Amino acid sequence: MATKTHNPTDDIISNATRYRRETGEGFYDTVLESIYAEAASIAGRAVRQREDEPAYTLDRTIDRIVTSRIFGFPIMIALLAVVFWITIVGSNVPSDFLYLILVETLHPAINQFAANIGMPWWMSGLLVDGAYLSVAWVVSVMLPPMAIFFPLFTLLEDFGYLPRVAFNMDSLFRKAGAHGKQALTMSMGFGCNAAGVISTRIIDSPRERIIAILTNNFSLCNGRWPMLIIVATIFIGSLVPGHLAGLVSAMAVVGVAILGIGLSILISWFLSQTILRGEASSFSLELPPYRPPRILRTLYTSLIDRTIFVMWRAILFALPAGVVIWLVSNVTVGEASIADHMIGWLDPFGLFIGLNGIILLAFVVAIPANEIVIPTILMLIVATLGLHELGAGSGVMFELDSVSATASIFHAGGWTLLTAVNMMLFSLIHNPCSTTLYTIYKESGSVKWTTLAAIIPLGLGLFVCFFVAQIWRLLA
Amino acid sequence: MSRFDYLVALAGNPNTGKSTVFNNLTGLKQHTGNWPGKTVTRAEGGFSYQQKRFKMVDLPGTYSLLSTSTDEEIARDFLLFGKPDVSVVVVDATHLERNLNLLLQILEITGRVVVCLNLIDEAERHHLEIDDRQLSRDLGVPVVPTAARQKKGMDELIRHIHDVATGSYICKPYRLKQVTTQATHAIDSLTKQISEQFPDLPNARWIALRLLEGDQQIIEAIRSGSLGNLREIDNSMEAERFTS
Repeated sequence: MATKTHNPTDDIISNATRYRRETGEGFYDTVLESIYAEAASIAGRAVRQREDEPAYTLDRTIDRIVTSRIFGFPIMIALLAVVFWITIVGSNVPSDFLYLILVETLHPAINQFAANIGMPWWMSGLLVDGAYLSVAWVVSVMLPPMAIFFPLFTLLEDFGYLPRVAFNMDSLFRKAGAHGKQALTMSMGFGCNAAGVISTRIIDSPRERIIAILTNNFSLCNGRWPMLIIVATIFIGSLVPGHLAGLVSAMAVVGVAILGIGLSILISWFLSQTILRGEASSFSLELPPYRPPRILRTLYTSLIDRTIFVMWRAILFALPAGVVIWLVSNVTVGEASIADHMIGWLDPFGLFIGLNGIILLAFVVAIPANEIVIPTILMLIVATLGLHELGAGSGVMFELDSVSATASIFHAGGWTLLTAVNMMLFSLIHNPCSTTLYTIYKESGSVKWTTLAAIIPLGLGLFVCFFVAQIWRLLA
Repeated sequence: MSRFDYLVALAGNPNTGKSTVFNNLTGLKQHTGNWPGKTVTRAEGGFSYQQKRFKMVDLPGTYSLLSTSTDEEIARDFLLFGKPDVSVVVVDATHLERNLNLLLQILEITGRVVVCLNLIDEAERHHLEIDDRQLSRDLGVPVVPTAARQKKGMDELIRHIHDVATGSYICKPYRLKQVTTQATHAIDSLTKQISEQFPDLPNARWIALRLLEGDQQIIEAIRSGSLGNLREIDNSMEAERFTS
């Protein structure tokens, strides 16, 4: 490579500057005008609107209703409630079936088999009471609600409803000093927070993008919907007569989801008043046309993309978690097992804020995937209380349907209504899973924002639980 | 699909059914949604036609290539430096004018374009008649009416991708008229200069336009010499080609 005395790239720039002076500073506007004017004339030549009937009448009518000031939010809440109600009522039967087979029947059978072939107790403990049982729980407790909820949610998405939700929320977000498009990234977060964080790329202002990233966690994700549905079914549904149980538990889940939206707006406002100060930039939000959902295709893709994907992820994390839980519950240091030590150490603080040590430990174990919080809690209760032999023949009576069976384990673990309420709140407001945190780090390129993304919801969640527990105890 | 003959970029406005077209052509099952901004990253897949292998890259949906958000940059950089042999631009037939804004910008970057005039069934439902031949004459590139959700027009689309890739269809891409008349000399002279300095750049004319607009990012890229390196980002896949 020969080095030259003058740099030819400087020539290009100085030439460009000279030409720019000749063509005038407004050349950028010329290009834009040119694009718009010529696109209009080309389109004008190619498109003809048949005069006989006006276009989009149906779409516009639907839009006027679902995005109206009066009906917009009630319709949104009602649609969500219907989706959850169908999920809660519909997952009872398959849950019972899977529970009966995987936990009640197969678990003792496999244990028996392990004993018959002379497997050492610690190995059958690790494999059967640890790995197998945690996976069995993931499948029987989590799979049915997921298999019903995800396709329903995807149908709403496919129909074109979610952008209308964004449209309804847009002005709220702008009043909070955030970008209106955050309503879209928030809705993406209802599927998966990591995906929601990636989707903030549609926001061009870095300030507003960071706000959207930091608050995405307040959208309940795939891993947390089932956890709420289960706890609400067991503890909230049981407060009312049977025929209302499904509806009331559904409303409880909707309440938590709406609380998440509210927090997302509140924290956005707080951030834009403090460390991320600035004006909201404007944009135009496009409402896509309604499209008749392709039901079969939607069922297929949501089963493959969401249900199986989330399930598989949950199983992958539940397997090692089951092994670890069994180990810490069975390896003793001094008088008690490691798990007993940890829970004993966490219990005072946990109970003080209306949760308990097992729940806190479960949220630590479940940092890689929120999906395994409930199975981890169940495992820990069973392991630490020594309810090793589940099902017929054991000293402990278990109910034959999955809801009551799960409920009786929770009750055995000392859960109260306050525990359940705080558990639901804490599952909404706590640190994002490690996948989401890693995504936040990749997208923001900053340790500071990643740390804040974990600390803000965790601190807020602990505070909210503490606050609720104090009020609860005051009133009780 | 690791080795391929032709590289195909898939671009378009958000929510025009790009991902559906992508799934139809590649047989993949990427999640689609009635949702602007579904695809913010780059998805890749492939298909074969007449013993030729095509690698297809699904770009994020954007309204323009002029702004600075990350999704628009991903799309723009790939069209500029990824050297696609064909760029398929998916266009929403029910909002043709707005979609043409992006298409005209893409035509300034690359002439080897096939327009996929999608959602033609919806246009019909809304009583819109679209003269695709007139459109194709005006734009100087093939225009294929499709209804991707019903898998209509896909064979036709693949045939045109093949024809443009192999050069049996020669595109005469539309250039912005007003821009050309006002600054022909400046554009030509700068284009020449840029091609001499950066011989590997396939779109010197577009860079010249940006310089005339005073785009600081591009000026900086030229000054630091990183313009030549920018294309490295997307050139990793060059190595997979059978022949160049």
